[in-house]
Amino acid sequence: MRECKQRALGGYRKRKCYLRYIFFLFSLPPGHTAAPPQHMKEPLAYMRKAQASWENRILKSLNSMCTELGVPLAHKRSTQEQKELINKWNEMGTDEPDLSHFRPVYAPKDFLEVLISLRNPNHDCSEQANSRSHWGLIQVPLGVRDIPEMREAFPELGMMTGQLGIDDHTQVPPDLFETEHVRVGKRVVNEQDSAAAQQYSRQGCPTGLRADLWALILNCTNEPEDVMHYEQLKSAVIIHDLLVDNLIYKDVKLTASNDDYYFVFEDYLYQVLLCFSRDTAVLEHFSYNSATPPKSYIKDKQGVEDFTVVYPPNGVIPFHGFSMYVAPLCFLYNEPARLYRVFREMYVRYFFRLHSISSSPSGIVSLCLQFEKLLQTHLPQLFYHLREIGAQPLRIAFKWMVRAFSGYLSTDQLLLLWDRILGYDSLEIVAALAAAVFAFRAENLMEVMSLAAAEAVLADLSTLKVMPLLQIFLFATAI
Amino acid sequence: MTDTPAACTVKAAVALELGETVTDQSRPGVFVTDVTFPHGQAVKIQEISFKNYYTAFLTVRMQVRDAAQEGSCKWVTCLRNYRLMPNPHTEQGSQDYYSIYRQQMLVEPDDVTLVRFILRQPSASWLNFTLEEIKLYLCPGEDSEKEVPAWLSHLTPVDQPPDLQGLPDPQSVSSSIQQMWALTEVMQTQQTAAPIGRFDVDGCYDVKLLSYM
Repeated sequence: MRECKQRALGGYRKRKCYLRYIFFLFSLPPGHTAAPPQHMKEPLAYMRKAQASWENRILKSLNSMCTELGVPLAHKRSTQEQKELINKWNEMGTDEPDLSHFRPVYAPKDFLEVLISLRNPNHDCSEQANSRSHWGLIQVPLGVRDIPEMREAFPELGMMTGQLGIDDHTQVPPDLFETEHVRVGKRVVNEQDSAAAQQYSRQGCPTGLRADLWALILNCTNEPEDVMHYEQLKSAVIIHDLLVDNLIYKDVKLTASNDDYYFVFEDYLYQVLLCFSRDTAVLEHFSYNSATPPKSYIKDKQGVEDFTVVYPPNGVIPFHGFSMYVAPLCFLYNEPARLYRVFREMYVRYFFRLHSISSSPSGIVSLCLQFEKLLQTHLPQLFYHLREIGAQPLRIAFKWMVRAFSGYLSTDQLLLLWDRILGYDSLEIVAALAAAVFAFRAENLMEVMSLAAAEAVLADLSTLKVMPLLQIFLFATAI
Repeated sequence: MTDTPAACTVKAAVALELGETVTDQSRPGVFVTDVTFPHGQAVKIQEISFKNYYTAFLTVRMQVRDAAQEGSCKWVTCLRNYRLMPNPHTEQGSQDYYSIYRQQMLVEPDDVTLVRFILRQPSASWLNFTLEEIKLYLCPGEDSEKEVPAWLSHLTPVDQPPDLQGLPDPQSVSSSIQQMWALTEVMQTQQTAAPIGRFDVDGCYDVKLLSYM
């Protein structure tokens, strides 16, 4: 009887996950029957065009690197090489190949220039119109939330609601909030309810429960199929050698390996990122991503339709700093297969939006604009001053936002921020935090006289406490 | 719903402006586009679909045959200031596809001889605004053949034995199909949810350069 009940409950739990997934699909922009597939990817024609020309630039850069170095994009490893790779799978970081000739395909700075030059051809950019437009670098008229709208959309971040990251401070007695919150968290995990986990995450996840809660929100069950899928990807890595592997290798060496928090995870990062590049399941997200995966042809079959392949197999060319999307997750999951599943899900839901040109409210263009508008509206003196000395705020904040602050905040603070990304299913909180950081350092920034000095003031964010900053900026600013 | 849009002519948009001269300084905030039907035909509209291009509000007026007075027409408003862009100053909805159904209209669009779209854009941010890909779908008439799929109307009447000459024996065809059906059933039950996810072609993934779009 009991077994029966448990089995039934299991089915119910699965169904909850499934319903949650259906809900996720419905949260995507509604498709009209007459709308072509590219409209689903991105409704604005000029954004699609800008994305396509940016992709062409990346392709050219990758192709010219291939030609210069005389290396193919992909080839099969010899049996000897395959054996060697299997042997050192768990210690890939010890290898020190000469990668000095490889350069990252692009860095966030290059991408920012593209976003700055983005224009709507139907938008009035004349002198007269410009006088009323805003002072920032992003000149596209997207609709973004201001503070009153943010208060409405993110009510749980308000002063009256308990928050992990504020109300779990050592000086606050745990009976007030923390104890009860942890108790509820345990119940949510036991119930295996994905929607409840998401709602719960809005007030922050306790450290001990975070891994389970995030997996629940993202519907990443640790089924045997997932482990098998991961093993398949691993064997695909072992068989084929890709040029992007070198880019991944170099990126990890340049970023995570140099980071005080993340260097210990170097080997994990290689494993996850190499497997990610071979995962064709990632291709599905291109139906709602404005980006299009690069194409190529097998060996000498140029132009033959049957021999078209996507390169890399997952369609994502990593850029400088890409590995920082994975690094914080290493704190939560120690089985590579589970770590991998959660990262892939985070990527196809959120992170892809941070490096493709789109009009989505969570897209990087909207985030940049939202950051600039928040700053201009609520700290006009600061914005004007920085602009006058040639230190456009976005030039400093862009790198934080492209990585969703990974590598800039201390890990505990970063995870508290990502709790809210998952909880609200939105990246807007990232733009709000960037503005809040400027607000927090406003006094010092008013005294600087150059971009370099402003950058120095904001160089170290590792001591900041994310939740108090956000709460004060969103809920205590006079409007 | 019918699959093919009705034949109609979408006329060029006319700007509504104050005064007689058109100046560069001010742009019109209202455009009017008429849609007519061939041979002065009167139609019964089911759905209007179009792709927006920076129009904030849409009003649809129709000229319908007046039932009370033979030979005369009257104007009715089917849709008044329907919002296509939530905020006229920002991009949302500016290039989206829309469908307006019969049920949404203020007046039932029967006996329509002319459809007039009145487009409004109060924001001065945009250089131009219009509607693209305007398509009108008609109600399937009660006696029209459109309701019946084409293949149905070509069925052979029962009393006429079909011409089976040159065709294989129906018995053997049906038995071989049964086997195929059984095979697909077996395939379906054995299928796992996980896709195989191959990216190579016949085991080969040797790639030299990327191709441009």
